[in-house]
Amino acid sequence: MSPQREHDGAGRRQFLKTLGGGLLVVLVTRNAFAAPSFGLPNLATNAGSADPLPEEVDAWLHIDGSGAVTVYTGKVEFGQGIRTSLAQEVAEELRVPLSSIEMLMGDTALTPFDLGTFGSRSTPQMGTQLRKAAATARERLVALAAERWHVDAARLTAAAGRVTDPRAHRSFGYGELPAGRRLTEKVRDDVVLTPAAQWSVAGRSASRVGARDIVTGRHQFTSDIRLPGMLHGRVLRPTSIGATLSTLDADAASAMPHVVVVHDGDFAGVVAPSSRAAARALDAMRAAWTPAPGEPPSSRDIFEYLKRAPAHEPGAEHEGPPGGDDPFVRGNAAAALETAEHRVTHSYTVAYIAHVPLEPRAAVAQWTRDTAGDALSIWTGTQRPFAVRDQLASAFSLPTQRVRVIVPDTGSGYGGKHTGEAAVEAARLAKQVGRPVQLVWTREEEFRWAYFRPAGVIDVDAGVRNDGTITAWMFDNYNSGPAGIRPMYSIAHQQVTFHPSASPLRQGSYRALAATANHFARETHVSELAHVIGMDPVSLRLKNIDDPRLRAVVQAAAERFGWGSAPLPSGRGAGIGCGFEKGGYVCTCAEVAVDRATGGVRIVRAVTAFDCGAIVNPDGLRNQIAGALIQGIGGALFEAIDFDHGVIRNASLTDYRVPRFDDVPAVDVVLVDRKDQPSMGAGEAPIMVLAPAVSAAIFGATGVWPRALPMARGGFPGASLQDPR
Amino acid sequence: MRIEIEVNGHRHALDVDPAQSLLSVLRDDLGLTGTKYGCGEGQCGACTVLLGQTAVHACMTPVSAGVGSAVTTIEGLERNGRLHPLQQAFIDEGALQCGYCTPGMIMAGVALLRTSPSPSPNEIARALQGNICRCGTHSRIVSAVQRAAAAAPGGAQVDTGREEGRT
Ligand code: FES
Ligand code: FES
Repeated sequence: MSPQREHDGAGRRQFLKTLGGGLLVVLVTRNAFAAPSFGLPNLATNAGSADPLPEEVDAWLHIDGSGAVTVYTGKVEFGQGIRTSLAQEVAEELRVPLSSIEMLMGDTALTPFDLGTFGSRSTPQMGTQLRKAAATARERLVALAAERWHVDAARLTAAAGRVTDPRAHRSFGYGELPAGRRLTEKVRDDVVLTPAAQWSVAGRSASRVGARDIVTGRHQFTSDIRLPGMLHGRVLRPTSIGATLSTLDADAASAMPHVVVVHDGDFAGVVAPSSRAAARALDAMRAAWTPAPGEPPSSRDIFEYLKRAPAHEPGAEHEGPPGGDDPFVRGNAAAALETAEHRVTHSYTVAYIAHVPLEPRAAVAQWTRDTAGDALSIWTGTQRPFAVRDQLASAFSLPTQRVRVIVPDTGSGYGGKHTGEAAVEAARLAKQVGRPVQLVWTREEEFRWAYFRPAGVIDVDAGVRNDGTITAWMFDNYNSGPAGIRPMYSIAHQQVTFHPSASPLRQGSYRALAATANHFARETHVSELAHVIGMDPVSLRLKNIDDPRLRAVVQAAAERFGWGSAPLPSGRGAGIGCGFEKGGYVCTCAEVAVDRATGGVRIVRAVTAFDCGAIVNPDGLRNQIAGALIQGIGGALFEAIDFDHGVIRNASLTDYRVPRFDDVPAVDVVLVDRKDQPSMGAGEAPIMVLAPAVSAAIFGATGVWPRALPMARGGFPGASLQDPR
Repeated sequence: MRIEIEVNGHRHALDVDPAQSLLSVLRDDLGLTGTKYGCGEGQCGACTVLLGQTAVHACMTPVSAGVGSAVTTIEGLERNGRLHPLQQAFIDEGALQCGYCTPGMIMAGVALLRTSPSPSPNEIARALQGNICRCGTHSRIVSAVQRAAAAAPGGAQVDTGREEGRT
C-alpha cells in the first residue's frame, strides 16, 4: 500500500464511499469495544446502494466490477505468512484464484477493529471470520445470478470467479453480477463453510504473496518509507533504566544547520534532514541524568530477587503476565509427595531474553490539520495497530478517529512489537517540526529500551511410582508467567501456582509466552523422573498422557527420530519434550553433541511433530515450525540479557549471541494434518519443547542435568564433570 | 567532499564525508532502501552489498571504499524484469518469512556463487555465517542457494550493464 495515501480523519468511511459498484460484505458490530468511532453513515442514503444497514459496520470483503477482491483485516504480516494463508482461505470459500485477492491489512482507518496479531489467534479466529465473509459473498453472487436467469440457485455452480449455469452453458463473472450497483451484505454467521477435506486452494502449499517485492528489495518496511518533506529523528536515552533528565545542554545541536531540538520534561530528541545529521546532533547534546532511587538487582542476583519481590502492580503497560498466586489444585499434592515412591525436587531458572527482531522498531509520523483540527498518521511495525492508535490518541489527547495507524509488512516481532513507543516518539518529534518525521531505533536502542521475555524461577516437586505413574506434582513459577503452566499429564494430585514478581526490567510478550519456560521445567523434570526409575522417557510420557492427539505427536516424533533404535556414541545424547498450547500439540526429539573439553553444545538434529488441526498452508506451516525451533535454540543454549545497576551490559549483536547458520541442526518436521479438527495457529507452540528435549539430551551426553536457560552460554558447565552414562 | 561512485551501473556524484558508511549513502542519498540496517556493527549482514565481486557489510564500509569499484545492491540484480536466479530461487524455495534478512542473504549468496558455482551446504552455511535470520529460515536459504547454483551452472553471473545516470 502506498504510504502516500491521503489521510482522512474518517478514512474508512470515505474509502468505503469511493469503492463504487460491486459487492461489499460487512459485519455489523455488536462488540462493545469494537469499532469505537468509524461508524458508517446510513448506506441506504448513498446513491446506488441497494441494502440499508445500521450504523456500526465494518467492511470485510469487497468485489469490484472487474471481479477483483479486496479483503480487509486488522491482522498484520510479520513473517508468519498470514497475508498468504488468509488469502488462501478466502480464495477457497469464494472460489476465486489466489491472485485475484488483495489483502488490505493493519490499517486502523480502513480495516475492522482487531485486538492484535499474537497468541496464535489469526488462523482460528480471523481465518474463520474471513471464510464466513467469503462464503456469504459467494452465496449472494449465486443468488444474484439465479435472479438474473430466473432459475433455481441450486443448479448453479461457483468456480474460478464465475457463477455458471451448466445446463444452459452460460455464466457471469463475479464482477458483472452486481451490474454496477453497490450491494451490501451482512456476514452470515450460519453460512455453511467448505469442510477442510474438500479444500482445493487452502490446505495446499502456496508461495508467499509479496515475495517478489521482498527479493527485489522493493518492499517498503517502515524504515524504507520516504515521504515528501520527511525529516529524520533521534531520541536522547537515559544512562540507566528509570533515570530522569536533570540538565540538558542542547546549544551545540541547535546550532547545527536545519536541526531542531525537541525537549519536554524527560523527553529530548532531535530532528534533522538526514538520519546521519540527526545522529550527529544527538551526539552533540550534553545531558546529566539522575539514576532511579534504590539499588536495583543485577543479572547475578535476579533469581533470588524474583522469589522475594512479589508484584505490587500487575498488568503494567507492557502486559506483564496477568493473574497469579491463585493455585490450580487437584487432589492433595503435598500429602501425595510425602508418600511418593520416588520424589524428585529441583529449581529451574530462565533468563531475560530479547526478541531481537531483525528490523528494529521504527515509525513515520505525519501530522495534518483540517477544519476538525489535528490528525495524525503513523506508519509503524506493531502487532497491535488499534492498541497503538489508542496509545497515540491518549498521548496527544486526540479522538481515536483522528489517529490512523498503518502497519507495513514488518521485519518480524515474535511478541516484541506489541507497543507503540517508537510511534509516540516519532509523533512528538513531528508535532514540533510540522513535517513528517521518521524515527528508526538503533540496534542498541532495541536492546536497551524495548521489553524482554520475563526471567523466572520455577520450583518443581514431583512423585513417581516404579511403574512410571506420576503421582504428585507441585509446581511454582515465579515471574515467568502462567501460559502453559498446567501439566498435560493425568496426575491425581497437583498444585500449580504462578507468582508474579516486580520485575526490575521491562518485560512482556515473547513467542509462546511463558509456555517455553514452563515446558522447559516440566519436561526436563519428567525426563528426570524417567531416569530415576529407569524407564524410557517416551514410555513414561505415554503412560501418563490420555489425550490421543498428544500421544499421536509423541509417537510420530519418536518414530521419525528413530528413538532408542541405536546407541549413541560418546559425547552424544538424545532427549524428548512434548506439550500442548494454543491448540497446538507438539513433540520434539533432539540429539546433541557435547564437546567435553570445551563444554560446547551443538544440536545435531531435531525432529518436531506438530498437530494444529486442519492445515491451511503446509509449506508455510513447515517454515513456521522450523523457524520457531531455530529461534528456540538461542533461548535454549546461549541467549541471556546481562544487566547491572539498571544498565543492559550486552546491548549489541556482538555481545548478545543469536542463532546463526552453524547453530542450525538438521530439522525434520512431521505434520499431523487433522482435517477433522479446526485450524489453529502455529507461530508459537513449536518453540516450547526444544529446550527440554535438549536438556535431556545434554544429560544423556554428560550425566548432568541442565536446569537453567540458557543451558550452555559459554559451553555447558557440567560437561567435564563426569563421564557420560 | 565530492565523491563519485557507481551503483548498479549508474554513476553518482555526491557531496559527502568519505568516512560516511556506504549503507547510509545508499539508503539516505540514493534512496536505495533495499539494503537494510540491522545492527550497524557488522554482525547481522542485512546490509550486505557487492563491492566489485566481494560481499561487504555496507554499514562497516566507508563510502570512499566504493570509489573505483562497482557497487551492486539488491536493486541491481534484476535484468529487464527478469529476476536473478538466486532471487527466483528464494521465491521457489519459500526461503523467507519476514523477509528483512532476505536482500542481504541474496547478496551474500550471489557473491558465493561467483567464486563457487556449485557450493556444498556446508560451504553455503559458512559463507552466510555473517548473516542473521531471526525467523529461522536457514535451511531453506541453503536450499535456495543450491537451487540457484543448479539453475545457472557455471555460476550465476550478474551482468553489470552500464547505464549513465547522475544524481
Ligand atoms: S547492518 Fe551491517 S551488518 Fe548489520
Ligand atoms: S526472514 Fe525474517 S529475519 Fe530472515
